[in-house]
Amino acid sequence: MINLEQIKKDIVESHVWKSIFRHGYEDTPRNRVLMVTGNVWMHLHPAKVRKHAVRMRFTWCMGGLTFLMFLLTVVTGIYLMFYYRPVPQYAYADMKYLEFDMPFGMLMRNMHRWAAHAMVIFVWLHMFRVFLTGSYKPPREFNWIVGVLLLVLTLLLSFTGYLLPWDQLAIWAVTVGSNMARATPLLGHEGPFAELVGANPVYDARAFLFGGGEIGPHTLLRFYILHCIFIPLVASLLMAVHFWRIRRDGFSGPPL
Amino acid sequence: MAQAEERSRAIIVDDKIHTWPHLVRGEFLVTIFVLVAMTLWSLLVDAPLEEPANPARTPNPSKAPWYFLGLQEMLVYFDPWYAGVVLPTFIIIGLMVIPYIDINAKGNGYYTFKHRKWEILTFVLGFHILWVVTIIIGTFFRGPGWNLFWPWQRWDPHKVVALTNVDLPYLVGLRDYWAMAAFGLFLVLLYFVVSVWLFYKWVIWIKGREFMLRWGAVRFAITAFLFVTMMGLPVKMFLRLVFNIKYIMVTPWLNI
Repeated sequence: MINLEQIKKDIVESHVWKSIFRHGYEDTPRNRVLMVTGNVWMHLHPAKVRKHAVRMRFTWCMGGLTFLMFLLTVVTGIYLMFYYRPVPQYAYADMKYLEFDMPFGMLMRNMHRWAAHAMVIFVWLHMFRVFLTGSYKPPREFNWIVGVLLLVLTLLLSFTGYLLPWDQLAIWAVTVGSNMARATPLLGHEGPFAELVGANPVYDARAFLFGGGEIGPHTLLRFYILHCIFIPLVASLLMAVHFWRIRRDGFSGPPL
Repeated sequence: MAQAEERSRAIIVDDKIHTWPHLVRGEFLVTIFVLVAMTLWSLLVDAPLEEPANPARTPNPSKAPWYFLGLQEMLVYFDPWYAGVVLPTFIIIGLMVIPYIDINAKGNGYYTFKHRKWEILTFVLGFHILWVVTIIIGTFFRGPGWNLFWPWQRWDPHKVVALTNVDLPYLVGLRDYWAMAAFGLFLVLLYFVVSVWLFYKWVIWIKGREFMLRWGAVRFAITAFLFVTMMGLPVKMFLRLVFNIKYIMVTPWLNI
């Protein structure tokens, strides 16, 4: 007869197990605190929070859900990266390949796109909620600035990703979106005072963004690198600052 | 009244509960719910994929990604250097300075409309009315040639729209090039001077002189400039839609 209780005891009290999991699920006040402080993921939270700040009608869950959407795009995005080549000859064909041949390819692409849209909406609603509760007031002023930067990065992430399918929707939406850059005062060749600095169609703010005078192979590669490496990296660093400061400043609710 | 508020704030401050399980449980449930919803949505609705990118075939209309359609809609009323570069920069800067220009100590960490009426109304004007409404117009009401169409109307690429817009200096009878430029510059400066003065009177009226002294010249100047700049959009929209005015200021370098 197998003694399950004894096996469980042997495992849970083994040297290896105890080195990984330092405490169990006992429901004691001490253990409740340890669950948070002894876990690198959980300790994004403080050990205790104000009761009213836990309610959904206070936070609308929007900050957390924005982060969840970020994680969802990272996971689905890595899956897409395995099958996608950021080269004009292949990019569109790879999209078709993803849709029709790859297991769960279409589902992953759909989730990636809808999560990206949801992230934009959630981050706006998060900003609105933080404004309504006055949560940018002292001592949280600087964290609001970090939040605005994260909002801009969210839009840029979404915008750079828009080009990657390399279909008509992609290049023309990005063309319209980045036509603004060529109108930049001084730095864009169609902007005011461009002649003072010698900006021209192949040497101005938009050409820097595109890697040339118009959208081409270099643009696709640039947007791909910005989308998959540079912006996520910067956004992750800023998120670390954002979350750390929320925790330092006592999570949601009035200042301490 | 004030005592009652102090008491309710005291209750808010002293109600801490353990993060584990109270907050973590909520986060876990919301995460599951949202992930299930995202999965269902992604199973039911496919991400768009049009025909392969073709730089030689411009679709009409070419729309930017939906979250930038507010900016594209502003292009109807302002030139790209202003609507696409200067205004977005002011939007980002304006969001960032909010914690430093809002010195109202009330409403820090809880919902209140009564004590932050004007702050909230300004945010709603900028975010919900100007930003979100222009996005909705750009997404659902703009068709070929960026002409206005109702959502149920057929997009007729040959829709005839009379180009009746004139520049304001021309409209008042000026014909000399430099006189028109000087008149336009005068009007733009006049708009700023008069609006900032009105803003000053308005703040004194709703908040009182004592507030203005505490607020200080720098905070007032930044807020007034940003607010008046923001109001420039509805003012220009009104002038365009009601009086068919194209530009207020016309110079060889830039037009407003």
